Amino acid sequence: MKITKFHPEYFSGQKNVLPGFHLTLGLTLIYLCLMVLIPISLLFLKTAGQSWQQFWETVSSPRVVASYSLSFGASLAAASINSVFGLLLAWVLVRYPFPGRGIVDMIVDLPFALPTAVAGIALTTVYAENGVLGKWLAPLGIKTAFTPLGIVIALTFVGLPFVVRTVQPVLEDLDRDMEEAAACLGATRWKTFRRILFPAILPALSTGFAMAFARAVGEYGSVVFISGNMPMKTEITPLLIITKLEQYDYIGATSLAVVMLVASFLLLLTINLLQGWQATRHE
Amino acid sequence: MNNTITEKPYVRYTLIFLSLTFLALFLVVPLITIFAEAFQKGWGLYLTSITEPAAMAAIRLTLLTAAIAVPVNLVFGIVAAWAIAKFEFFGKRFLITLIELPFTVSPVISGLIFVLLFGAQGVFGKWLADHDIQIIFAVPGIVLATLFITFPYVARELIPLMQAQGNEQEEAALTLGASGWQTFWKVTLPNIRWALLYGVILLNARAMGEFGAVSVVSGHIRGLTNTIPLHVEILYNEYNFVAAFAMASLLALLALVTLIAKNWIEWKKGE
Amino acid sequence: MSIQVKKLKKIFNGFTAVDDVSLIVDDGEFVTLLGPSGSGKSTVLRCIAGLEAPDNGSIEINNEDVTRVPVQERRVGFVFQHYALFRHMTLLENVAFGLNVRGVGKKERNEKARDLLQLVGLTGLEKRMPSQLSGGQRQRVALARALAPQPGLLLLDEPFGALDARLRKELRVWLRELHDRINLTTLLVTHDQDEAFELSDRVLVVNKGRIEQEAEPQKIFDEPASEFVATFVGETNRVEGTVQEGSVAWGPMRFKAVHLKEGTKASVLFRPNDVYVTSHREKGGWPGIIRSIQFLGATESLEIEIEKDLNLTAHIPKGVAALSGFTVGEQVYVMVPMAHVFASK
Repeated sequence: MKITKFHPEYFSGQKNVLPGFHLTLGLTLIYLCLMVLIPISLLFLKTAGQSWQQFWETVSSPRVVASYSLSFGASLAAASINSVFGLLLAWVLVRYPFPGRGIVDMIVDLPFALPTAVAGIALTTVYAENGVLGKWLAPLGIKTAFTPLGIVIALTFVGLPFVVRTVQPVLEDLDRDMEEAAACLGATRWKTFRRILFPAILPALSTGFAMAFARAVGEYGSVVFISGNMPMKTEITPLLIITKLEQYDYIGATSLAVVMLVASFLLLLTINLLQGWQATRHE
Repeated sequence: MNNTITEKPYVRYTLIFLSLTFLALFLVVPLITIFAEAFQKGWGLYLTSITEPAAMAAIRLTLLTAAIAVPVNLVFGIVAAWAIAKFEFFGKRFLITLIELPFTVSPVISGLIFVLLFGAQGVFGKWLADHDIQIIFAVPGIVLATLFITFPYVARELIPLMQAQGNEQEEAALTLGASGWQTFWKVTLPNIRWALLYGVILLNARAMGEFGAVSVVSGHIRGLTNTIPLHVEILYNEYNFVAAFAMASLLALLALVTLIAKNWIEWKKGE
Repeated sequence: MSIQVKKLKKIFNGFTAVDDVSLIVDDGEFVTLLGPSGSGKSTVLRCIAGLEAPDNGSIEINNEDVTRVPVQERRVGFVFQHYALFRHMTLLENVAFGLNVRGVGKKERNEKARDLLQLVGLTGLEKRMPSQLSGGQRQRVALARALAPQPGLLLLDEPFGALDARLRKELRVWLRELHDRINLTTLLVTHDQDEAFELSDRVLVVNKGRIEQEAEPQKIFDEPASEFVATFVGETNRVEGTVQEGSVAWGPMRFKAVHLKEGTKASVLFRPNDVYVTSHREKGGWPGIIRSIQFLGATESLEIEIEKDLNLTAHIPKGVAALSGFTVGEQVYVMVPMAHVFASK
């Protein structure tokens, strides 16, 4: 038998026996370096090129701060709405067989599949003052176009599937035994839900909320049409970054981007932790 | 499903009604509106809108971008999934987080990064100008930005699946004398084909529909560096609503096809 | 082909799974590695196959050093506990796989595969998918698949672990017959002692990564080399004491322990079916009272009290018990002719 090369240990005390380790890991690392690590570090490097004071001035100017509160505030509102109705949808889809359930289930994923720009113009048209739904709101004095409310509507759209899709599998896997036991013991459905079911799905719900929130914060395409992009009022942070870019204020744009990146990273960490919580609860 | 322990009928109906209303308000009405607006002035104007030169150029560019992004990220997804799912090594969690990064980063920031790298004032700006290569405000920039945005899609579908499937079948193949390639082609690939297809479909939908990142790098040069979503934006901002929605309807159609394909695959997987 | 393992060592994340293991399997032998879960026996097997890379030691197959040879080139047949059949291939394709990857032509390999399926008694099921088979059938396919490329060795990793008791017994008999027919060197790993004893020419008892004893099955049972072997294989009564004047005392009973130094702390182990119980006093019999009788199918288990807080268990074949007419509360006499005394750790 021929003697073949023996692979040296890599990173851990274990020698991996399946073939292709070096090849695949190497390629993955190269691709990731090129596409992710280098570009992102560049962002930080560029920002580091300025003094702390400059950085602070940029990221704390009134217009910028207004955009933060808008981006984060609207995202929070949208994620909250999605949590409530997402839970509702998931419940209805899992528990109640009704005609057309399959199609409804399918449609829930639309925000994942529909390009953001398309969603943007569609929502704007629908909720404008003379739009199909907007005209019902106008006499009530509710304006959606060019207001934060419009932004919340758009962000609700993009985040809709997240909560539904994280809660659905958990609901499906829930042991009916617990509910049956509760019913035998005399609990009402509402009590059963509040004390038994809700705590069980809370990890998944939180994860879905965090994901919807993270998505909404960075959203651009579906918001720019309905918001009107008025500085200090309906200008979201991503748009502000683009504006600065167009003015060749690269440093300003990168500073804002860094702030958003750090926020995204913290969110990602939170999501990972929540998913870990969900996984352990799910045993 | 056991229906004996459930809410009273009126509660159920109310909940169903509420959730469907929510869906209608946020999803269904906008979706229908796209097509309604597109066909508002009839088939004639619809067809003209999508066949005029700038529109065709946008369609071509979108297709080109997808034609590059899909295969490249498909291969990357498989390679990354193999490295992560089949082996144990230090730093795996970090690697997975890196791969999922584009999902949390705002598309605008993704575009920004490429401008910083390849723009006129970017890191490679001077070098590119000297060699007369243009990336930003040109097609290569769009392709690159799309590549960045879409690279996790396939990997994300494959990694949990391959981890759940374990290594036993591959080990069996090895003991029977199969080489690494043979093992992959004959044993692993058939086991992951549905997840792979699923990932490709989502990848494609995102590649064709990406707006934010591409918007930053493209320069919006009509007829040259516009993808369908960007073209939609231009038309809309010019108040050319019918044309805008006509182009949008193409993407909406793609979205519906994606959803149906997704469902079909899930049905197939369950068989 | 023969196997020779020398001083094998394997560590997983700081945990020593295999600690200095050496063994030899001669050509045509059927040897079993017997031990509890986590004892390292599967790891040894996987090292021999090449599915794990040892940290130390060497592995020789047919006197050739294969320690650094990759799995694909070792030509070992491996059968997994959970079959590891290729889900998307038919039975025929599964069995023919080893030939397929070596470039054997379709007609030839399908023919060989059919022959093997006949050998394992699954003719007619060639076109089925693994999901359509029962556990026992799947394991037989796994075996046929492993045999197809004509390996020099057969390695089985708890092959019947996922099957029910009756099926296990049936397949055991069948496996031994198969082995006798094709005379392939076989190494089996299991925690089931009945399996080990029924199938093997030799048994190696493994514990915590080390080999505690290596011998024919009967010897392992009758002459356990250590306390672990004695307690792992078969039931035991266990008594602790100190060696005084060449024996260990337990109540009025005395167990010879001349091989141990005076004053050593020792454990005495004897099997319930090595306890002789009679109604009449015989030389060396200690008196005791039957406290309970339990029916265990083919045997009766008697709990006998020798002295206050000094109980032992005896297993009597049902026939004998019926003849002797034992009842609870009866005074009987107990003899233990064979006991094993070990120094306590």
